Amino acid sequence: MNEILTHPSRIKVPYTWSAGEALSRFFKALRDEQKILGSRCLKCRKVYVPPKKTCGTCFVECSEWLEVGPSGTLVSFSQASYPSPAHRVLKPLFGLIRLEGSDTSFLHMLGETNLQSLKIGVKVLPVFAEKRTGSILDIAYFKVVS
Amino acid sequence: MEPVAIIGVGQTAFSPNRKDQTYADLVYEATAAALSDARLSIANIDNIVTASNDFFDGRTISSMAIGDACGAAFGGGKSISTVEGDGTFAAFYGLSRILSGNYDTTLVVAHSKSSEGDLRLLTNAFFDPLTERLLGLDWVSAAALQARVFLREKNIGNIECGNVIVKNRANGAKNPKAHLRKPLSIDEALRSPLLASPLKETDVCPSSDGAAAIILASKSFAQKKSERPIWVRGVGVCADAPLGERNLAESKALRLAAHQAYQMAGIDNPTAQIDLVELSEQFSYQELLWLEELNYRNLSRVNLSGGCLSAHAWIVSGLVRMIEASLQLRGQASNQISNAKRAVAHGQYGLCGQSHSVWVLEN
Repeated sequence: MNEILTHPSRIKVPYTWSAGEALSRFFKALRDEQKILGSRCLKCRKVYVPPKKTCGTCFVECSEWLEVGPSGTLVSFSQASYPSPAHRVLKPLFGLIRLEGSDTSFLHMLGETNLQSLKIGVKVLPVFAEKRTGSILDIAYFKVVS
Repeated sequence: MEPVAIIGVGQTAFSPNRKDQTYADLVYEATAAALSDARLSIANIDNIVTASNDFFDGRTISSMAIGDACGAAFGGGKSISTVEGDGTFAAFYGLSRILSGNYDTTLVVAHSKSSEGDLRLLTNAFFDPLTERLLGLDWVSAAALQARVFLREKNIGNIECGNVIVKNRANGAKNPKAHLRKPLSIDEALRSPLLASPLKETDVCPSSDGAAAIILASKSFAQKKSERPIWVRGVGVCADAPLGERNLAESKALRLAAHQAYQMAGIDNPTAQIDLVELSEQFSYQELLWLEELNYRNLSRVNLSGGCLSAHAWIVSGLVRMIEASLQLRGQASNQISNAKRAVAHGQYGLCGQSHSVWVLEN
């Protein structure tokens, strides 16, 4: 009588999110020119990458655009040793990257390296995907440059 | 601020899988416990604020799924509203409702069952779907990025984090509600395998099933009806920018929330003036980081209940901090210290602690 039943299920709802003006411009630059763009707040001059339409600190528009990087500095990194359905590769390496000319840290994956070779402060460069579709994955990963 | 009182507290036991109960059943259990603790009936509750996350529950408007379990339909219906986030943010809303003058009592109840969804996917969904989610990060790998920055900038090693784990797990072993009730030695903490470098398995809190409830009351109601009210003397709530825009070695949001709460309560020397702190540390390093921003130096008076490293239900754990702090101030805690007069309870939500709330409570 004490048997408790469970009901396995899943939610599968397709979404088609608008990238909006700012991210569309950012993704198109990745796809068509292999360039990384940022937007600058006209008040505090902070450069956001990925670009934002409004500066959260100043509550004004970030209407100035500029190219940043491509090289950047590793601010932090980690390797997830556990499996996850969200991971794209086994034991992915994640990095927080401060691209040259940017005032924010950019989240992405790291490749062509291993945990032991990584250090805060190393220089990294983006490796672009061969097939680019206008998404964050148009950058395949960042690699360490010596 | 006119003081508002906590006049009833209730929590379920926390465990990896409460398969025997639905999340609504857990809400009922916590609500009934809080009412019984306050010696009130559901008829005495003027309004309800719940805390939940629709993604965690796997349905939208999940608060409606717990309406019956928290008395929302009682007597023809009560005003009920939901906060998506930590239970302490729901408590802040509940407190504001009392201060509006329209309500004498607010029931605040929070629930979650991590066992029913996939936490890796659910917390991956915390990230921006266009710029971040596809990369595959979740709450643990994001925290690992924060841990590396914080530990390096403050020159903190494995031993200090290990000591936090050992302390909290020893306290948790005395807490009958805790999820992890076995003490951990420093060797076990240090030898634990890497989960997301530099975080080891034992650096990460468990994800539990459970619910918690508190009953807030206006000053006049509490003075008339409660034998042992715990008074809210100060509160501060603050949200920070997304993690890529912050210096992860610090928490400006927590510093500001603490400043607001301390100022309201007249605290200028936290370590000397606060008897104990109940902290929402999802990871061992976070206890050290949050304490820096709270400017509290007495580590042995932190998380006497075992903290989140011993029991942690998403959404619920901040409310549990308020409950455990209240129990200390009432002299009824499982790991009771003598002469506790003033406590701080802390709640946080979001990746790498994006939002914080700080409560100064007194008996």
